[in-house]
Amino acid sequence: MITITDLSYDRDETPVLRGVDLTLNAGGVKALIGPNGAGKSTLLSLIARLIPMQSGRIMVDDLEIGACANDVLARRLAILPQASEAAPLLTVRELVGFGRYPYHKGRPTAADREKVEDALATFELQALAERRLDSLSGGQRQRAQVAMIFAQDTDYILLDEPLNNLDIAASRGLMRTLQDLAQHHARTIVIVLHDINYAAAYANEIVAMKDGGIVAQGAPQDVVTEAMLREVYGTAAAVHRIDGRVLVGV
Amino acid sequence: MALALAGMLVALSIISLFVGVIDLSWAALWSEPGAIDLLVVSRGPRTIAVVISGGALAVSGAIMQMLVRNRFVEPMTAGTGQGAALGILLVTLFAPGASILVKMLLASITALGAAVGFLAIVQRLPPVQPLLVALVGLIYGGILGAVVTFIAYQADLLQYVEIWMNGEFSGVLQGRYELIWLVAVVAGLAYLAADQFAIIGMGRTASINLGLNYRQTMVLGLLAISIVTALTVVTVGMIPFVGLVVPNIVARLAGDNLRRTLPLTAMSGAALVLACDIFGRIIRYPYEIPVGTVFGAIGAGLFLWLLHGAKRHVW
Repeated sequence: MITITDLSYDRDETPVLRGVDLTLNAGGVKALIGPNGAGKSTLLSLIARLIPMQSGRIMVDDLEIGACANDVLARRLAILPQASEAAPLLTVRELVGFGRYPYHKGRPTAADREKVEDALATFELQALAERRLDSLSGGQRQRAQVAMIFAQDTDYILLDEPLNNLDIAASRGLMRTLQDLAQHHARTIVIVLHDINYAAAYANEIVAMKDGGIVAQGAPQDVVTEAMLREVYGTAAAVHRIDGRVLVGV
Repeated sequence: MALALAGMLVALSIISLFVGVIDLSWAALWSEPGAIDLLVVSRGPRTIAVVISGGALAVSGAIMQMLVRNRFVEPMTAGTGQGAALGILLVTLFAPGASILVKMLLASITALGAAVGFLAIVQRLPPVQPLLVALVGLIYGGILGAVVTFIAYQADLLQYVEIWMNGEFSGVLQGRYELIWLVAVVAGLAYLAADQFAIIGMGRTASINLGLNYRQTMVLGLLAISIVTALTVVTVGMIPFVGLVVPNIVARLAGDNLRRTLPLTAMSGAALVLACDIFGRIIRYPYEIPVGTVFGAIGAGLFLWLLHGAKRHVW
């Protein structure tokens, strides 16, 4: 469970987050949505300890962000680096192998190697294992990154707008993978998404943000309404319900 | 690849032992009494010094490229080497009688200061402009080098400073080169942190995600670079481009997994500098051309080739 209490964050004296209180239960896919500048990415970066805490408190189970050692947290939560951080000249197997670094600190054991092979198999990367990342397509490279995060074996996985630059096939593939990780591998996924339709289709829970605060939280069919879109995004989009699923007209 | 490199290095080392102003043949080793002395006092130390400094400079270049996240920097051209020279010059000016250890220590400190300064500048540059970092490095190194030259000129020490600014191995003799073993030790210790340096090269987010102690790794890397650079400058002088060219070629061929590639980088650096040193010994026989000059000429050519061929792999 991720518990956030009275979290505020200012950038250049402009408030980005204003006293956020939020509880994310373990399990499932949680999507953070909201317009640009709502504070979604900042919130995720704070949970991932990518930026320093200013005020408030974030607990990941019993570990407090800002107080807990970096390498302990690395075994509890993982963040997928954005695709824009260009690929190092590593093979897929080498990259996935680095996912075990928080455990072996440079001296991989047989168990670590097994986890790596397991991750390669889970993500159907065996055929690409010896290929270098710079020779792969964007979608394949991201699959390798996710496999690395998987090998890191953390309860929580955070992703910041991972669908940028992915086509529909790669986007659906990634979202299905994340769903599978939540359902069958007991991982909790927290993901910032721009596209509400992806959030509605794949998330178990949606958190809508606006102006540095939480506006709504709940199941997609409860949160994604015409009233919410008007309030959060200021746009009058129609919301369709088909076979119990929610679809925003664009 | 590793075996081929090792074989080449051994072959070059043997050639290096038998090439020089004084004739030395395999047969003479067994018959002439002075032959063994020549090996022990001069050729042996020289060959060892070339191998260690070549290997360590290549390794320090590879580490610096990971810390800065840019493939076009290396300590000898981006100010660290010039910082070391500045330290030596200051000791010479203010404490001329100081021991080699004091000289070494101060050179390491000023080299570290120069490396930290470079890093501070680089972090303010836009990350999307990799060549800008390289240019800033060259200018930064040039300015520090100019400061050294100016002070030396004022103090009438230009000729003295020249010894360090232009690296060469002809002065390497038993009793005057042993510091270089320390360089080998530092480079070896740096290898223990190979995974950390590889992770830091993947970027800040990846480093934090994997629980790396970012600051500690940064400090460790800067220390290794500074000590290797400073001790090399103190014992043989500045040898530019080794740390630039060699890690780039190795990364092209074998990738960025430093745990696997650093030994290749070290062997390639040693072999390339040794080849340049041997070349410098025979091209104007019986005179010598400093290895820094030979490698500078070859390295500049290789660097241009890298700049042109590197577009697809720029970070």
